Amino acid sequence: MRFVRKKLVNLLIVLLSVTMLSFLMINLLPGDTADVICGPSCDEAAREQLREDLGLNKAIPVRYVEWLGGAITGDLGRSGRTQQPVMEAIRERLPVTLQLLVYSQVLALMLAIPAGIMAARRPGGWFDKTSTGTVFVLLGIPQFVMAPLLIYFFAVRWQIFPAIYKEPGGFFELLKNLFLPAVSLAAAEMAVYLRLLRGDMIATLQEDYIMMAKAKGLSNSRILLRHAFRPSTFSLVTIVGLNMGRLIGGSLIVEVIFAIPGLGRYAVEGIFGRDYLAVQGAVVVIAVGYVLINFAVDMLYAVLDPRIRHARAVI
Amino acid sequence: MPVPSSDPQADESSAAAASATAAALLVAETLADEDVVKKKLGFGFYISAGWVVLISLTALLAPFLPLQKYDKTNLVPQRLDPFQKYYVAHDYDPESDLDSTKSFEYVNECQDHLEDRGGFAEGLRYCSNQVAVLGADSLGRDILSRVVWGARVSLIVGLGAVTLGMLLGGSIGIIAGYFRGRTETALMGIMDILLAFPALLLALAIVTFADNHSIPVVVAAIGLVGIPPVARLIRANTLVYSQREFVLAARTLGASNKRVIVREVLPNVALPGVSFAVIGIAIAIVAEGGLAFLGLSVDPPTPTWGGMINDGRNFLEDAPHITFVPAAVMVITVLALNFAGDRLRSLFDVKEGAL
Repeated sequence: MRFVRKKLVNLLIVLLSVTMLSFLMINLLPGDTADVICGPSCDEAAREQLREDLGLNKAIPVRYVEWLGGAITGDLGRSGRTQQPVMEAIRERLPVTLQLLVYSQVLALMLAIPAGIMAARRPGGWFDKTSTGTVFVLLGIPQFVMAPLLIYFFAVRWQIFPAIYKEPGGFFELLKNLFLPAVSLAAAEMAVYLRLLRGDMIATLQEDYIMMAKAKGLSNSRILLRHAFRPSTFSLVTIVGLNMGRLIGGSLIVEVIFAIPGLGRYAVEGIFGRDYLAVQGAVVVIAVGYVLINFAVDMLYAVLDPRIRHARAVI
Repeated sequence: MPVPSSDPQADESSAAAASATAAALLVAETLADEDVVKKKLGFGFYISAGWVVLISLTALLAPFLPLQKYDKTNLVPQRLDPFQKYYVAHDYDPESDLDSTKSFEYVNECQDHLEDRGGFAEGLRYCSNQVAVLGADSLGRDILSRVVWGARVSLIVGLGAVTLGMLLGGSIGIIAGYFRGRTETALMGIMDILLAFPALLLALAIVTFADNHSIPVVVAAIGLVGIPPVARLIRANTLVYSQREFVLAARTLGASNKRVIVREVLPNVALPGVSFAVIGIAIAIVAEGGLAFLGLSVDPPTPTWGGMINDGRNFLEDAPHITFVPAAVMVITVLALNFAGDRLRSLFDVKEGAL
């Protein structure tokens, strides 16, 4: 368990540094929460009083420790704009972002896996060439171009899917309402996964046991699906995991475009409204998510591959 | 990051090894075109490079090109389609040498307007027809002109952010990879922490809190976000080269660390760095687009591609070109940079087996 312990210590160090850095950054920049709550209307005395009440006059390290103490017990402070506790807002918004994430990853994998296998079956064949070309183009299309493109066709021209997120009534409505945002996110992800799976599949297909399977006279599809697919998904699993972590904070443009009340939009609104504690809370949740998922992926590695679990010298 | 590999077991029987080689050869043959042909830059590279050069030149020469003013509203009828003709009513007053013009979508509107002002007069009051090649936006501004001027922001930010990221990230990477030990642990630890921040959010926060939407701030925001990935890449490359014989030779001859880094390691690391930088420009352009899309890049009326894409979102139904013209230019530019960078990378790519 030395491996796990070392990773856990790393995790703690990164989490502490991230929160400290974001706290420092937010507090060193001009303007503070008192200005936001007070607005331009109040005088210097009232503003000073407010600073005193909010504890903004204490030294930054003291405030950080106080904030950290609150954060550990689940209190991230109150939003300067809405007076809503930050923790409560995050609890409302995180599920929507997570739904969007899972949905987009499922869509991306549903396309990437069959296409990746097909492409690896005959490297250099027509399917491989077209899919490689498509992947290349998809990787060049940013989310804020993909989303208007999808809205134009699916919402404006054909009116199949809504362009603005509405609170869904049931599971199928959720799938429908989140379809365009999920595809906007999934397009580039799909391209990455396809490329990765294709490469790994081609490598796997060079292994001895594949030749053995061929020699036994197994059908092509059986070899691809039963023998070559699973060992080739190793890095795919990793990247999907890492992307989930990255996308918690990376879906904010899509959330803004489709007016999805998710965590990314909360952070953006916080930044625009100079709502420092809200931004801090969102950044912490996003960073914690990223670090935790990284940790989980490392663990998954060790579970999947005994060579890593036992290779003490390497780690 | 450990990656599952097809490492042959050390104590494998020779028969199995032979069959593995045979299988590898078989597949290698089918893959042959991939590895060999890539050593040339190819036709696609020159097309991509050509596009990038074209965009850069027009951006550079924008003030001297015969373009409408990018920030003047109602020069063209609002939301005019690309290639659509429009009419300009001229009312020239010889005394003050002023030509008051007004643009219309249809010729009869133009004529009616002139009738109201006192009828036609040869050389003084007349209708001329013109074409806005890429149409007009919702405020009646010429999109062609705005795309060209917007390229200036995109390219300056792209180049500036990549330069900043490469200089800082590259130095950190080389120092970490060359000196190893504590230095490496500390530097790369800081990079890991920075990576845990959501990149776009960090850039957003820097621009907002700096309260200054000028090009240097945008460059700094995007460049800073780019430091950790560059540092990782350069460090990995440095690790490979620091263990080569020529570095050992230089050290044995008594060269200082500084000299070894600058004269031996840097030239080798810089080459793959260049291809990464080309792709980096594309990434930075997209990042700037994202900021501009959220209204956090350079302030209007200076046009930015991201801002233009955002401007058109409310008019997708009647005037999709307001969004999709700048979007297309941006995507083509990004693709061209990606393609060119990819080609350069495979040209410089020295397979580890060849070392």
